[in-house]
Amino acid sequence: MKSNREKAIEKIIFLCAAVSVAAVALITVFIFMQGMPVLKEKGLLTFITGTTWAPTNGSYGILPLIAGTMSVTIGALIIGTPTGVGCAVFLAEMLGKRQARLARSAIELLAGIPSVVYGFFGLAVIVPAIRGLAKALMPGTDTTGLSVLAGAIVLAIMILPTIVSISVNAVEAVPMEYREASLALGADKRETITKVILPAAKSGIFSSIILGMGRAIGETMAVLLITGNVAVLPHSIFDSAATMTGTIAMEMSYASPEHQQALFAIGIVLFVIIVMLNGIAQAVMKRFGRGEKA
Amino acid sequence: MNTVIKRKMIKSRVYGGIVWVIAGITLAALVIIIGYILVKGVPHITWEFLSGEPENLGRDGGILSIIIGTLYVTALSVIIATPVGVAAAVYFNEYSKDGKIVKVIRFFTEVLAGIPSIIFGLFGFAFFVIQLGMGWSILSGGLTLAVMILPTIIRSTEEALKTVPMSYREGSLALGASKWYTIKKVVLPCCRSGIVTGLILGLGRAIGETAAVMLTVGGSLNMPASVFDSTRTMALHLYMLASEGLSEEKTYATAALLVIIVLLINTAANEISRRAMRA
Repeated sequence: MKSNREKAIEKIIFLCAAVSVAAVALITVFIFMQGMPVLKEKGLLTFITGTTWAPTNGSYGILPLIAGTMSVTIGALIIGTPTGVGCAVFLAEMLGKRQARLARSAIELLAGIPSVVYGFFGLAVIVPAIRGLAKALMPGTDTTGLSVLAGAIVLAIMILPTIVSISVNAVEAVPMEYREASLALGADKRETITKVILPAAKSGIFSSIILGMGRAIGETMAVLLITGNVAVLPHSIFDSAATMTGTIAMEMSYASPEHQQALFAIGIVLFVIIVMLNGIAQAVMKRFGRGEKA
Repeated sequence: MNTVIKRKMIKSRVYGGIVWVIAGITLAALVIIIGYILVKGVPHITWEFLSGEPENLGRDGGILSIIIGTLYVTALSVIIATPVGVAAAVYFNEYSKDGKIVKVIRFFTEVLAGIPSIIFGLFGFAFFVIQLGMGWSILSGGLTLAVMILPTIIRSTEEALKTVPMSYREGSLALGASKWYTIKKVVLPCCRSGIVTGLILGLGRAIGETAAVMLTVGGSLNMPASVFDSTRTMALHLYMLASEGLSEEKTYATAALLVIIVLLINTAANEISRRAMRA
């Protein structure tokens, strides 16, 4: 028999667990409530495919922002994926246990550094370097260095910890017998890694890339400081760009009511993208029998 | 040696070399970023900087009011999120019977963990600042961050709860203790360090967070007197200084201070969880 007190306590604890549900529900409701009017008035399609973002003229087309977000994200993945997976292979297969643990905690330190610090580092070091590079490559052009490339490099560093730590777990989860069988067949270490271990760990590696992508898309402060925030379609990696997140953060403080609603509508698009990506990553991990998250 | 084997060996050497270089670059990036900020910033962290009020929009003076504001906001978020998060973890690990409701709650907790901080900022702005009429204040910022760090605390506490042996619970229950009494007196004390680790990790996340804070605390440089005042956290201050190029010296000093605090926090969390593992 449970006493009334026990029952009451169980109820309270259940309510605390349900706070997450309430929070997600409230977040969804409030973002949609604020953003829907603009989407309804302009139409979702024109909002997403419109090429002019000029809030002061009442023109809300977020294609340049989507293009900005996508170009820095894809750039970050192009740089970050091989680096991260290579690093994971190195830690899991080529390094001793103790050194690997040390290196892993060092990489986890990277994850703890606030994004605004990355942004500041990018602004102080990477942006001037790119300005110099652009001047050397294309004399006569005038670039600030605030560019897609700068954003991609900094985001690549920021998503490394995600890719490395989940990929290391995936590589370590490959059964020892696979390695032994491959080595016994006469394959050397490289062949074992590229032909046996990486294919066996591909679902975990794939999820790590998807999660890294989600992180890159959702990142705000770093890209805000280094991409230049110019809402036009970027044509080269040296062009400035504006991202969805950066635009929300920068324009919210001075936006008119309708403009504010448009920013919330960007939030809706962002929210949907991120929830979908995280869903994909989790489904992939679950389907391959590795339900645990890193 | 025949040529096939030779070629294979060369390929393997090259492959190994590439992997070495990649790993080297990654670790070098870590050293360079942290090292650069510290080298440029630490010389400017003086007593005057830490104990002075900001003047001239942060161009001169110190950051005392900003440190106080940061303390207010992050402490508030941890104070609110910890009891809720620990209780939620207790529910998942001690009370729930793997049913549909639990699956739904777990799913939503995962979703919450994946939401980008700018979305939390938008939510905090629409809900706490506008809807509940709290305005740009420490309270709005603290509540927004509390929602944001909740998954961190839940996850860490749950990991700790899983390590408490079943026999402890059985022993306590066999002695006639009720379920709640068992949790309160036996289970939770066993995973104190796990809870503290989660709390510290949440604190670290809250201190470094900028986007969510930017839309909810306002950004005032004045010394806050109560939780209803607008304030500015160190991360937000760093953004303002960097984006407006007000003072290179103060920007580096703020960045270095922030990095030092975050490194200390993460090291403490690691140390506590390592000690707990050994015990």
